[in-house]
Amino acid sequence: MILRSLAVLVALALPVQAETAIQAVTSPGGIKAWLVEDHTIPFVALELRFQGGNSLDLAGKRGAVNLMTATLEEGAGAMDSQGFAAARDSLAAQIGFSSDGDGVSVSSQFLTENRDQGVTLLREALVNPRFDQDAVDRVKGQVLANLRAGAEDPGTIAGDLMAARTYGSHPYGSNGDGTIDSVTALTRDDVVTAWKGAIARDRVFVSAAGDISPEDLGKLLDRLLGDLPATGAPLPGKAEITLKGGLMLKPYPGPQSVVQFTQGGIRFDDPDYFAAVLLNEILGGGRFSARLMTEVREKRGLTYGIGTGLASYDHAETLVGQFQASNEKVAEAIKVIRAEWAKVAAEGVTPEELARAKTYMTGAYPLRFDGNSTIASILVGMQIMGLPTDYPRTRNQRVEAVTLEDVKRVAARLIKPDELFFVVVGGATGLTPTE
Amino acid sequence: MPRRLFGPLCLLALGAAPALGDEVTSYTLDNGMQVVVIEDHRAPVVTQMVWYRIGSSDEPPGHSGIAHFLEHLMFQGTDDLAAGELSATVEENGGTDNAFTSYDYTAYFQRVAADRLGLMMQMEADRMRDLQLTEDDVATERQVILEERSQRTDSDPGALLNEQMSAAQFLNHPYGIPVIGWRHEMEKLSRKDALDFYQANYAPNNAILVVAGDVQPEAVLALAKEYYGPVAPSDRIVPRDRPQEPPQLAERRLVLSDERVSEPYLIRSYLAPERNTGDQKEAAALTILAQLLGGDPINSVLAKSLQFDRKIAVWAAAGYDGTTVDPDTFSLYASPVPGTSLADLEAAMDEVIAKFLKDGPDAEQLARIKTQIRASEIYARDDSGGLARSYGQALAVGLTVKDVQDWPAILQAVTAEDVMAAAAKVLNRDQAVTGWLTAKKGEAQ
Repeated sequence: MILRSLAVLVALALPVQAETAIQAVTSPGGIKAWLVEDHTIPFVALELRFQGGNSLDLAGKRGAVNLMTATLEEGAGAMDSQGFAAARDSLAAQIGFSSDGDGVSVSSQFLTENRDQGVTLLREALVNPRFDQDAVDRVKGQVLANLRAGAEDPGTIAGDLMAARTYGSHPYGSNGDGTIDSVTALTRDDVVTAWKGAIARDRVFVSAAGDISPEDLGKLLDRLLGDLPATGAPLPGKAEITLKGGLMLKPYPGPQSVVQFTQGGIRFDDPDYFAAVLLNEILGGGRFSARLMTEVREKRGLTYGIGTGLASYDHAETLVGQFQASNEKVAEAIKVIRAEWAKVAAEGVTPEELARAKTYMTGAYPLRFDGNSTIASILVGMQIMGLPTDYPRTRNQRVEAVTLEDVKRVAARLIKPDELFFVVVGGATGLTPTE
Repeated sequence: MPRRLFGPLCLLALGAAPALGDEVTSYTLDNGMQVVVIEDHRAPVVTQMVWYRIGSSDEPPGHSGIAHFLEHLMFQGTDDLAAGELSATVEENGGTDNAFTSYDYTAYFQRVAADRLGLMMQMEADRMRDLQLTEDDVATERQVILEERSQRTDSDPGALLNEQMSAAQFLNHPYGIPVIGWRHEMEKLSRKDALDFYQANYAPNNAILVVAGDVQPEAVLALAKEYYGPVAPSDRIVPRDRPQEPPQLAERRLVLSDERVSEPYLIRSYLAPERNTGDQKEAAALTILAQLLGGDPINSVLAKSLQFDRKIAVWAAAGYDGTTVDPDTFSLYASPVPGTSLADLEAAMDEVIAKFLKDGPDAEQLARIKTQIRASEIYARDDSGGLARSYGQALAVGLTVKDVQDWPAILQAVTAEDVMAAAAKVLNRDQAVTGWLTAKKGEAQ
């Protein structure tokens, strides 16, 4: 979940370029979508996101939405698993299904020459999935194998511990893939129920980029989504973040420990959001010149890499970070992080740092927009965040408007050295766990 | 960055860069530096990559990891740039930069707004010959690469198995030595080692410039002449005559047991020929063979037999790259369902291979793979940075622009007979290593 949240951050911080022409399209049947039309390459990227995702799992059915999503490509209509794969490959269509705590994503690419057939195939998977018992059983075996592997993966262990600690009983607080027990108990009926709850028209966001006109996209969407149920399961409520400062140590063999650290974050619609983004960029963003990278890697050689990110989910916000280090170096690295946390909370950042971070963020902004698949994905994220189609023209102004005082104020408000919670998985020495 | 050998998720690449004849231009500067320009005018972005024809397999014996260590140290200063200034300048311009090292090449890249290309070239040209290193920088960065080894290799039993298998696969060729280096040798890498390696190998006549994005070829050539043109060529660049493999006469087998493993799996790697300039037919057949045997997680020969028919594997896959200087490997992978031993799974896998060698490929499956290869040329154009990487990698291992552009047609021309001939030659257990990753000692028996 932590890594995914960093990816969310990137999408937030670096949307599309100002010149990009985003068209709002409404299909004859009333389905809304965003489109960037570009006929250079003869294919279209189509991105669907159904809000809710694995947070819609019913009580005792953890992992049902994940299993359902992984089984969508395993047969539909008249085709079994192998028939579906053969049909897809003979069209050279690319169709990927995935789920997370906020949604089910469908990322697809269709060649212009056989787009209609490709869309028909995807429609079958969404509207008429078979969920054959043997397919459910086989995919369940793969999910269980992943869960067993995750139980031996220090990054997964740390992520699960941190999620539970951060979100408690909210769905965000447990692994959306489920547990060995919960997944073992899932039946085909559970998968069908999950499908009915998660894949519905009332929660879908749609975007397309590439070789298609608005008219053709509208017709395509009615055919693709028109027969889905109008409504699905209710979305979960807001997650209360229950973190207090401290450190948890989970012993695990190996030369290094995985360390994650978290505190509360900030909402995208907060007036100080862009000041917070710049602050994070300076403190622990992806650049080599970020403070944590400089202090922990460049000056002291304590890690190969370290970073932080503002994670904005649909129902919660956090500020998260992660690194790996040799067991004997972890304590020093954590000391450095705590010191940097306290320093930035007390002093803010320097004018030079702010200027450099602004130049980076505003300069990087147009570079995001560099391919149909990337654009389609970004456009869905913008719609979910409630942004207007002309947002790209105003976004850099919002970054530029942030002052040194703004960052200082948001640092004092956001950065809470006393609330920073560390999860360490490994054989780290010299630490004093608080529990 | 060690090449990642393993994993069912990384096996989808068909190795098919597009022909793109009209959009690719190439030149050679007077100092021997090769220049390739790939046009993509959809967004105002450019990727600059400089590839050096030097990798870990060109290291002096006993100094494993020096190519990769030098890659890290290249972000220190020059006579004109302070330590870290290059990356900081890229970032201030809204760009990203990084580098990677493999057995056959080391590459540096930046991705920036197209109008910043000249500045990127100025800095990249500067560090081609004028790197400056302090003992302190070297000592600190040595800790970073040791942490990198701990993170990427020593913390990952699968990576350790790959490392042990490569060491067993290559009896004589340096492909048996890990890119990141053996720890005991990494610990001793010095400033002098790095500078010696740098001075011997970093020069325009050992480098390829690839520029991809919203640029005009003539303008790129003018900038390249301005910034890279004055860099003097080196007379120390030698042909890449690495120690070659003797005949491999005996199968090798190994078991790596680790308490951190939950899901056992097996890998079979066979010595396999690579793409060569003007001679890519066999590599093309092997590329198709890998797709047939283990390209698709549902419809490949191994998946159908082991996952669907016999229900003894959770997943199965095959992998082959072939874009290397010297012969590399063709690999098969499978992970058993609970209750199936690795021995039984391996025996079943060998039965599937034996049957394939007798029956040959399914005509419909072969046709679908050809369709996907043709489409991959279209989809690949969506990512000009990826195209830059495809061209750079191919040119760095001795292929030409023409070889890259011929490759899709050569793949299309592969027949069932070509596949069978390549399979019969390569799937020979005398030239193979079989590795088992197991949860704890004893299970392997």
